[in-house]
Amino acid sequence: MTEGAGHLEATDLACARGGRLIFDGVALRVARGGALLVQGPNGAGKSSLLRLLAGLLRPAAGTLGNPFRTAYLGHDNALKSDRSLAQELRFWGRLDGAGDRWLSALDRFDLAPLAALPTRLLSSGQKRRAALARTWASGAELWLLDEPSVGLDAASLDRLAAACAEHRAAGGLIVAATHVPLGLDDAAVLQLAPAA
Amino acid sequence: MIALVGRELALRFGRWGGVVLPLLFFLLVASLFPFAVGPEPRLLARIAGGIMWVAALLAALMPIDTLFEPDRADGTLDQLAARHVPFEIVATARMISHWLAFGPLLLLTVPVAAALLALPAAAMLPLIVGLAVGTPALAALGTVAAALTTGLRGAGALAGLLVLPLALPVLIFGAGAMGDGPAVAGALKLLGASSLFLVALSPFAAGAALRASLE
Repeated sequence: MTEGAGHLEATDLACARGGRLIFDGVALRVARGGALLVQGPNGAGKSSLLRLLAGLLRPAAGTLGNPFRTAYLGHDNALKSDRSLAQELRFWGRLDGAGDRWLSALDRFDLAPLAALPTRLLSSGQKRRAALARTWASGAELWLLDEPSVGLDAASLDRLAAACAEHRAAGGLIVAATHVPLGLDDAAVLQLAPAA
Repeated sequence: MIALVGRELALRFGRWGGVVLPLLFFLLVASLFPFAVGPEPRLLARIAGGIMWVAALLAALMPIDTLFEPDRADGTLDQLAARHVPFEIVATARMISHWLAFGPLLLLTVPVAAALLALPAAAMLPLIVGLAVGTPALAALGTVAAALTTGLRGAGALAGLLVLPLALPVLIFGAGAMGDGPAVAGALKLLGASSLFLVALSPFAAGAALRASLE
């Protein structure tokens, strides 16, 4: 990862889904090595904000600047049930042009013993770890994590926190929607309130 | 692109049902006609080519609801979009793998169906050439319909309604290419033209439909 200028920045961001305004007037700014926790009650638009930042949705208003390579971890783990974990991670790693980084990602999230299994045999926590491993393996600078801790046990939470810390130390950025402490205590917090 | 096609083929051939079912369906539809119109060989031989075109069209429709819907439901489309993989590329890869999964095998099953329908041996080659030229068009139409109906309930039936009228030209030229006389070459060229047109256009239509389905 190369150090450089630039930050993730949004001003006066608004999001509408199905003609209904989810939130508006959201401003955020994250620099390299920084982290932002998105919080708010259910339906406040945490997931929608992350999808906006990932470029999956278009903002209804406002400006968004994201000069970084971005990895998006959504609710769905996007693993094909008939394929082995190694096949899936290798496929996404190739798309990301990240070479063999997925091999170290397996170790990092303690998935190496499961690599040959079809993903339908994995537990939900293991699938979540696989999705996290794909995020890590992408080599992207900006991580967008939507409830990354769902289904994770204590040991896996520690691994996730360690991965986040290392990512930031290398100049990476994290925007996470979570209520679980991920070792991001120093992160800025963006509180979303439901639009009236 | 190659990685996408390869993975898609591995997924399709990994489940034998997905590949074999359309072929069995094709044979079953073809074998229904002798029961429905009677086993008179002269009559069957006359309608055999048309029956096989209709059966091929129906068989091409079968896997439509597995083209994009699973990818939307499990987040794969999100992951591709977040990597800025153009949906036109995704749709092209899907169209190619959809055709590879049913087209060549269907051509291999044609002689079996031809035997069931007492198709004259002389008509076999034009039929196979016609299907080889025309099935990519069916795959292209199926890809667009699958993309348009992604995320809708009852998508399979709706996709069928969308494809059937659009497939009419392909069917007409395909049937024309099986006649005899000088019209055959013309019909085959028109079939090839409509096939090329649909194959070239459908990735853009399907890509736009997929983008809309994410919103």
